[in-house]
Formats: sequence, structure tokens, C-alpha cells
Amino acid sequence: MRWLLIGVALGFLALFLAVPLVAVFAQALSKGLGPYFAAHWEPDALAAIRLTLLTAVIAVPVNTLFGVVASWAIAKFNFIGKNLLLTIVDLPFTVSPVVSGLVFVLLFGRTGWAGPWLEDHDLKVIFAVPGIVLATVFVTFPFVARELIPLMQAQGTEEEEAARVLGAGGWQTFRRVTLPNIKWGLLYGVILCNARAMGEFGAVSVVSGHIRGITNTMPLQVEVLYNEYNFSAAFSVASLLTMLAVVTLVLKTLVEWQNKRHMALAAREAAEGIHR
Amino acid sequence: MSIEVHNISKTFGTFQALKGVSLRVETGELVALLGPSGSGKTTLLRIIAGLEQPDAGSGPICFADTDVAGRSVGDRQVGFVFQHYALFRHMTVFDNIAFGLKVRPRRVRPPRGVIRDKVLSLLKLIQLESLANRYPHQLSGGQRQRVALARALAIEPKVLLLDEPFGALDAKVRQELREWLRRLHEEIHVTSVFVTHDQEEALELAARIVVMNEGRIEQIGTPEQVFHSPQSAFVMNFLGHVNLFHGRMEEGKVRFATVSCDAPDHAPASAEAVMVFVRPHELDVDTKRNGHPSFSATVLRVSSAGPNVRLELVADSGDQIYAEIPQERFKALSITRGSRVFVTPREIRVFAET
Repeated sequence: MRWLLIGVALGFLALFLAVPLVAVFAQALSKGLGPYFAAHWEPDALAAIRLTLLTAVIAVPVNTLFGVVASWAIAKFNFIGKNLLLTIVDLPFTVSPVVSGLVFVLLFGRTGWAGPWLEDHDLKVIFAVPGIVLATVFVTFPFVARELIPLMQAQGTEEEEAARVLGAGGWQTFRRVTLPNIKWGLLYGVILCNARAMGEFGAVSVVSGHIRGITNTMPLQVEVLYNEYNFSAAFSVASLLTMLAVVTLVLKTLVEWQNKRHMALAAREAAEGIHR
Repeated sequence: MSIEVHNISKTFGTFQALKGVSLRVETGELVALLGPSGSGKTTLLRIIAGLEQPDAGSGPICFADTDVAGRSVGDRQVGFVFQHYALFRHMTVFDNIAFGLKVRPRRVRPPRGVIRDKVLSLLKLIQLESLANRYPHQLSGGQRQRVALARALAIEPKVLLLDEPFGALDAKVRQELREWLRRLHEEIHVTSVFVTHDQEEALELAARIVVMNEGRIEQIGTPEQVFHSPQSAFVMNFLGHVNLFHGRMEEGKVRFATVSCDAPDHAPASAEAVMVFVRPHELDVDTKRNGHPSFSATVLRVSSAGPNVRLELVADSGDQIYAEIPQERFKALSITRGSRVFVTPREIRVFAET
């Protein structure tokens, strides 16, 4: 029974995760290493990579900050609208990314609410970089907060109170007490947030307009190349995203391992401490 | 430094935790706030510390006769020991104790060497010199408690506030720490207030006890006063074991459980229906009538382990009661389960039925 279960699980994993992973690299390298790297150095591909990195560089810090602030507020204070805030944090997870993208088109598109005003001031959001960044921020904003809220709730407020009684100010309390206590959870959230920010397709696709070399992120570039039957180039760019995923998984495992080691050490030493 | 609070109220949502509480603690005193959970004792302690704000309309909170109600918790210079210690889990014992000194603004922060000496002397005081580089999770409960105390003392507080300081420890460690805290208080003599729901702890440790119930102070007094002269039915009931009878006042006498006794001086003259309290050790048990007012009862259970013998009785009136008699007395009487006995209350306390 045990072997059957393990066999089914591993078989499923191989079929649905490992095989596609191998296929991506096989396709990407089907015409050899030369064309593989050439596809990366192609100007449109480079622009897509640059745009993806830019989006992540903006979205990840913004959502890290937001995540810390929101979870701090939710976990450590009681206020009116707390449940509402909790629900809103989850919104991007519950809404289809395409709908998220459409919301921004509705807001900032030419016929949208803020559209005329933006046009008057010669600002472009939809079918431009700001729209892509906005959509990415929206889609990725629960990752850090979701990771931190349960952690901070479990840790309670006593340590912060102790710091305040001892004369520490708000910032000192955060930097010396709260932040060290949440650092692994925070890192974990940031890694997941980054992976999604770079890999987001749906919402970005709606607001981007697919302008080659200008508003195509890597996932969009892959789609464009694929639709043009340029399979090896498509898979070549896709392989970069896949490598990002692999790196993310490794980092995630490392952080989890570190986290667990911390906990296990704590538990073991606590047990020893009691027997001493 | 003395502490004085006046007319403090605190409401959480619809729950009124404190209802106009006033209290004065003299310089160097060790005072216990004693009461069941929900009596407001921890809220009062947290308000004194500045961790909670009293409701608008509450009176001043004075430290050494200066109102500090407007001061933030960090500016009040109190030492606070939390129920679950609240040690900083990612810091060593040394860093935990040094924290209050290290976070001071640069111009009033002691130099590194001074902080180090201060921490080492505190480690010596709590007898944990060898554990300076341990982390909190590597310590036992009792050790954590002492580190929490050293951390609170590091900032040289004028007032030491302790929230259920021994609540999370097992009985033996509790007893040891209690002794230790008393000696420490005799040594450093800082004005101290601790919260407890354990009457034994309060009676043993405190110079004065503040008994609280439902957001009010029921009685303030020395351990002897609150134990021997309780001013309310609640205090009587909360401190020590009691037997409760429902009786009546009739012409200066108290009638309960088929017995009629002279009413004590403190008995309410006007009330008809009264609650009569008798502690188990204040009941005499005999196998025959001895001339004193007594009521008859049947022995339900005998437990003779311990310094006294504990008898579970059912009076003919139906009241179930406990009596404690010395071992020699028990042997002389030779009573067993099912014996008929006569019970004489030596001392009774009477309060109007509420």
C-alpha cells in the first residue's frame, strides 16, 4: 500500500512536472547551443528580460513593504475594518488574473474612469510599462502578507510590549525585536512574491498590449514567439523562466530547511533545558 | 517610589474590566493584587505600567506623587515582568538583559563597558552567570523567569510590576522562586506590585494584599487581616477553604444547619437571610454532644493523608461540609465512614445574603 501510494505520487510528479521541465530544455536546445543563446541576445528578448526585471524590482519591494505593514497592523493591533483588510489582502488570490488586468483597463484605459484625465496630462498607463507594474503589484501583493500574518499572530505582542516598557521607540522595537523574529517568514514570502512577479501572465497580458520590445515581459514574449511558430526561440526564453523557477525552489527549500532547523534546535534545546 | 492611582476605570468593548479603582502603594512595599481571572487585576497592573490607557474620566496615576498618566510606557521607567516572560527569543541572555540600556538615546546611553558590568552583576544576582550566551529556548522556565526579572531590573526601575510571575511554573520551582523573590525584595527594596490568582502565593509573599473581584477592590489589608477578618463574603470565600451555610438572623442569634449560635459582632443586624462561613479547621467534631451548640452529621469520606485529617460530612440539614481535625483527635474519636458525629462551629463569619 505504501509503495503504491509513493509510486502513484512519484509517477504523477514525473508525468506532470519532470517531463515538461525536460521538454522545455530539450526544445530550447533542439537547434544547438548557438541558436539557444542567440535567442536570448535578440533585442526583443533582451527588452522583455529587462522589463521583467524592472517589474520585479518595483513590485517585490513595494509588496514587501506593504506586506510587513499590513501584517503588523493585522497581527498586533485591533481596529475597525480589520476583517475587511484581511479579506482585501486575499482578493488577488481569489480573482482570476485576467479579471485583475481588466480592472486596471477599466480604471486607466482610454474610456476608463481616470482615462480622460491621464490623456489630458499625456500619461500612459494601459499598454505601457506603468500598467504592467501596477497589474503585477496587484497580483503579487498577498504573498508576503499571507506568509507573515499567521507568524506574527502566533508570536503575539508580548515581546514588543517588553521592548516598549524597556524604553525602546517604535522603530527600535521593529528593527531589534519584530524584524529578527519574522526574517525567515519574510524571506520566504519575498521569494514567492518574486517568482510570481516575474512569471505573471494573465493580468499583465491584458494591460500590456503586446508591443514587441516595449511592453512584452518574458512570459508574453514566449507567447508571441510561440504563436509565430518560432518554437526554439520561444522555448529558449521559456527555459530562462524555468530556471528562475528552479532557483526559486532551491532557495525556498533552503529557507524552509533553515527555518525548520531553527525550530528543531529550539525544541530540542528546550527539552534539554527542562531536564537540566 | 510610591504609586497612587485614583478612580481608574477601563472598558474593553462592552466589558468593564475596572470600575473606579483607587489604590496607594507605599515606597518599598511588596503588594499583591489577588483575584480570580477577569477580576481586573492584570488590567490594573498594565494601566500602572502604561501598557493600557484608562478610560477618560479616570483619575491620576501618580509615581512619587507626580502624575504620570500622560507619560508613555517607555518614559515611566517601570520594570515589568510578563506572565510568559516575553524574552526576546533571538537574543542571548546577555543581550536580553542589556536591551533596556542599549536602546537608550545616545546621550544617556552608558558606555559599552558599563553596560557589560551592569549585566554581569545582574547575572550574578540571578545566579545565572554561566548562561550569559544561552538563548531563551535553552533555559528552563525558572531560569527564564529570573532572566526576565534581571532584564526588568537593568533599567533601574523605581517600580517593579510582575504579572503572574510564577503562573507558568511547576509547584516546586514556584516555591523556590517565591523564596528567592522575597529575599531579592528585602535586598533591593524596590516598590513592587505583583498579580496573582494564587492566594497562597499572595499570603506568603506580600506585605499587603489587594483582593479584587469584578473590577472592584474588595479589601486591602495585611495577609492576616484579609485571612482572619475578611470584610466581604467574596474575600472569605476566595481565601482558604470554607463551608457555606445559608441561615437566618433571629434575635441576635444565627440559625443554620439545625444549630443556633451567638451572632458575632460583625454580623449584619438588619439582614434576615445570611450567609454563614466556617473554615474546615474551625469545626470541632465529636461523637457525642459536648454542651456547646452543635449539629449532627454523617461521615461520608475520611482522608487521613497529610498533617490533618479531612472529613467529608453531610449534615442532617442536607448541607455537605468539610472539617479538618488533628491526627491525634481523629485517633481518639475512632470514626470511620458512616459514623454519626456532632459538629460544633468554633468561629463563624456572617454576611448578608446578596
